[in-house]
Amino acid sequence: MLTSFAILTDGLVYAAYLFIVAIGLTLIFGVMKILNVAHGSFYAFGAYGAATAVGIYANADWPAALGFLFMLVLAMTIGLVMGIILERGLLRQVYGKDEVITVLVTYATFLILEDVIVLLWGPQSYAAYQPMVSAGNIEIGGLVLSNYDILLVAIAAALALLAYWSLKFTRYGWLLTTVIFDRETAAAFGVNVTLIYTVTFIIGAMLGALGGAVMAPKIAVTLGIGVEVIVLAFAVVAIGGMGSIEGALVGALIVGICRAAAVHLVPQLELFVIYGVMALVLVVRPYGLFVRAQPRKI
Amino acid sequence: MSGRGQLVGGLMFLFATAAAPLLPDWIVSLATVALANALVVLGLVVLWRAGLVSFGQAIYYCIGAYAVALTARWTGFRDAFALVVIGGVAAGLVAALIGFLLARYREIFFAMLSLALSMILYGVLVKTESLGSTDGFSVATPTFLGFAPHRDTLGLSLYWLTLGVDAVCAVLISAYYRSVAGALAAPIRDNEIRVEFLGVSVASVVHAKVVISGVLGGLGGALAALTIGHVDPNMSYWTTSGSFVFVTILAGASSVAAAFVGSLAYEAVRSFAFDLMPQLWQMTLGSVLLLTILFLPNGLGSLVSRVKRREEAKS
Amino acid sequence: MLQSRRRIRYALAGSAVATAVIASAQAQQPAAPAAAPVKLGIVSFLTGPAASPFGIPGRNGAEIVIEAFNSGKAPPPFDKVGLGGAKIEAKFVDEAGSAANVVTEYRNLVQRDQVDAVIGYVSSGSCLAVTPVAEELKALTVLYDCGTPRIFEEKARTYVFRVSPHATMDNVAAARYLLAKKKNLTSYSGLNQNYAWGQDSWRDFVGAMKALAPTVEADKVLFPKLFAGEYGAEVSTLLTSKSQALHTSFYDGDLEAFVYQEQTRGLDKRMTMIMTTGEAAIWRLRDKLPDGTIIGGRGANGPLAADTPINKWFQKIYTDRYNIPPTYPAYQMAQSLLGLKLAYEKAAKPGVKPTADEVAAAFKGIEFEGPAGHVKMALGDGHQGITETAYGIYRFNKQSREPEIVDIVRYPAECVNPPAGVDADKWIEEGMKGAKCN
Repeated sequence: MLTSFAILTDGLVYAAYLFIVAIGLTLIFGVMKILNVAHGSFYAFGAYGAATAVGIYANADWPAALGFLFMLVLAMTIGLVMGIILERGLLRQVYGKDEVITVLVTYATFLILEDVIVLLWGPQSYAAYQPMVSAGNIEIGGLVLSNYDILLVAIAAALALLAYWSLKFTRYGWLLTTVIFDRETAAAFGVNVTLIYTVTFIIGAMLGALGGAVMAPKIAVTLGIGVEVIVLAFAVVAIGGMGSIEGALVGALIVGICRAAAVHLVPQLELFVIYGVMALVLVVRPYGLFVRAQPRKI
Repeated sequence: MSGRGQLVGGLMFLFATAAAPLLPDWIVSLATVALANALVVLGLVVLWRAGLVSFGQAIYYCIGAYAVALTARWTGFRDAFALVVIGGVAAGLVAALIGFLLARYREIFFAMLSLALSMILYGVLVKTESLGSTDGFSVATPTFLGFAPHRDTLGLSLYWLTLGVDAVCAVLISAYYRSVAGALAAPIRDNEIRVEFLGVSVASVVHAKVVISGVLGGLGGALAALTIGHVDPNMSYWTTSGSFVFVTILAGASSVAAAFVGSLAYEAVRSFAFDLMPQLWQMTLGSVLLLTILFLPNGLGSLVSRVKRREEAKS
Repeated sequence: MLQSRRRIRYALAGSAVATAVIASAQAQQPAAPAAAPVKLGIVSFLTGPAASPFGIPGRNGAEIVIEAFNSGKAPPPFDKVGLGGAKIEAKFVDEAGSAANVVTEYRNLVQRDQVDAVIGYVSSGSCLAVTPVAEELKALTVLYDCGTPRIFEEKARTYVFRVSPHATMDNVAAARYLLAKKKNLTSYSGLNQNYAWGQDSWRDFVGAMKALAPTVEADKVLFPKLFAGEYGAEVSTLLTSKSQALHTSFYDGDLEAFVYQEQTRGLDKRMTMIMTTGEAAIWRLRDKLPDGTIIGGRGANGPLAADTPINKWFQKIYTDRYNIPPTYPAYQMAQSLLGLKLAYEKAAKPGVKPTADEVAAAFKGIEFEGPAGHVKMALGDGHQGITETAYGIYRFNKQSREPEIVDIVRYPAECVNPPAGVDADKWIEEGMKGAKCN
């Protein structure tokens, strides 16, 4: 009984982590059809930015909530700036070209940004644990849970709701949906696709940085944290379906719970879980879980 | 490849063969590794021409390498030619098997499914402590048809073997490009449904391409295993696949030679970046590659095509 | 118009590449030497997650010790300038990349850059890949950090040496210390990274525990992915366990993340943690590392080291330069360089540079005192060093606001290392026969 409860809570926390990390990527991928390898850099910059922010406010002795907000705002600002620079400066040059070229550009950018991190923050690791530790813990049903983990789940849920609401009820959301569905027809109807692209990329970058910022208090912020995140985010996007927010959510939940179950019950399988789930989902649903009906183009 | 192209290719091959003994050892071993990797890249180009990018090509590289290493370890059989063939066949068999699954997928899903399969192999190898887990194990020194080369000539022997395998594959693949199945790559990429309407089974053509790329990947892995002398599960990791994809796009899909030139260029730049900026080599590598993309968006191979087109325009 | 713009681009690109090539060629030409300098290649992780805990301290240790050698300011018997009077030129190379990259860079060091010796390698995979190449090229190589015992057990080596003891002693000593300090132990669990290092550490620990206390059982055996960073599920699983102790070979980034995450949920209050490489992290974790944690340092390194003059010297020069005390990778690098220097000077005849064969012959079986204690090249036919090791309990001193390790127990080298000629795995399996403990 305790184990089942633990599996559920652990699954939710891991799913929250995956979802926060993947939502920016699935947005960029769904709209622009770009596999943004530099998403790992957004995550890393967000984490390092958060570590710096925590350093600032911890020394200045701010109240925890204010400090946490500051951390998030700083990270998202970094994401905003990076998104603008990358989109305007680099991606514009390669829009018309083969999609694979764009992937190459984002990969080269990722390599460069990894070393920009070294130049800005040095090779040592940083700690940003204050928000997590000050949040304390709570005991539910015999299991001690970290309040920060619960906050993470809340943030992920809020992001999901925000994304859902924006897509269904705001003008930008409708335009986004049309561009995801069929870019050429949308452009033919007068939708400013270039502007949509820019805004989407920037939002994706901010979400990536936000992901890094909320995870920073839990982990050690060190070189290479962007690398593993990339493949996790890709996997969740592949499971959920291109450009589908619901898909990313469901994909994250499935992987999260399966992984938690593996750790508790059959630890040997933990290494295979995400790839096994991805392979299984793709075998059953070749276009991911939430595939949009695609018109057949003859 | 036109007659002219074949002549140029043949000359380059002869030059590469003859120049080796004159070059310093470290360049020869660097070139051998790059030429082995070039086979994997060639396999990826075959797939890319049909619009498919595989993020899991390292699985065949790893299978080829482990097939060689395990054969040498378990049976003591060390003939380099036979081992390379074993590597290619082993990878080809696996490609034939998983090709049934993979041939149904396209675009990102093809990429991610191939990635998932390569990572599953990685997981299996990591769990296998008897094979050293992530530390891997070493590959016995090969012999060449009974002749065991002295330490000094081992590097050259492996280089010539790799060059030979490369040449054979280059000839076979260009023949494939000129065949019907090879020529169908571009139509499949552009509009699969029309090709189906023509009565061709797209799935079997794609399956064949997966097998071809698998065999090439296995040959590359086998040669790499013999040259490096060490195999480990990292050969199946997604970052290894990523670097192959990187070189593929860098090289471009226009010519067979592009895969070899691109692979050599990448290895040279990487080594150069390590030497020049030991702590910032990633940035150096990324910048050089970014500049290449911006100046040569169709890959290095497009340099050759441009020269050809300019000549044709003049005449 | 378009043509000339394109031509300008090509010209710029071409000149950039040409400049870079020329610059690198210049960089490789050595400056006109006074007395022919000795070139050393130092390889460790300069990028990636292993840089900060292992690669950079190793690199820094090399840099500061080489400087001390070159100025002749090292304590006797290491006070000759450089190596045998010839100044040392060091080239630092990154260990990052696949085995193919590591081997290629090794060949570059030996054949292109013509170094006289290579000292390096953190990853056991790198060590295993490079060793046969070193033997093939007859290049003197000293492995400084990697832990696998396989190097000298698989085959006899001529040119490869390892002054630092391998990882077996870490986990054997951990088992002994744990059983000595927790007499009522009935169950223990493990949290190790799912790769060779974690797997080998756990296997050695379990083997040693079985040999020393067969009734104590292993409960939860967790193997999260390397660099996973997120251990919520693992912490939950351990919270549901009845074990009184937790063995972990986690290091730096993963270790820090785990400590922060478990502390928030109070895991350390339920079970004592044994961190076999914890010493490297104490200066960063400080008051966040729970009091009572059992700490190892892969030898008598850092706060576990005895207070000898040579240790004090090393700590001073390192801390003065890098503002943080040296951790065990720095110690391992220093010991490796000290061993190399002794062997080199033993082999050198006045005015003549010794060959690799001569240095190798001199290196075999040497003994010396380093900052981490007495080193004896006793295993692997004189190629593998053994030293004593120590374990202690962590306390954060609230008055001085500094980390401390107390309750230190030292284990002699022959107690926790297999005897010569016996494979480490077999030795543990068969109950650690021949261990000479006091």
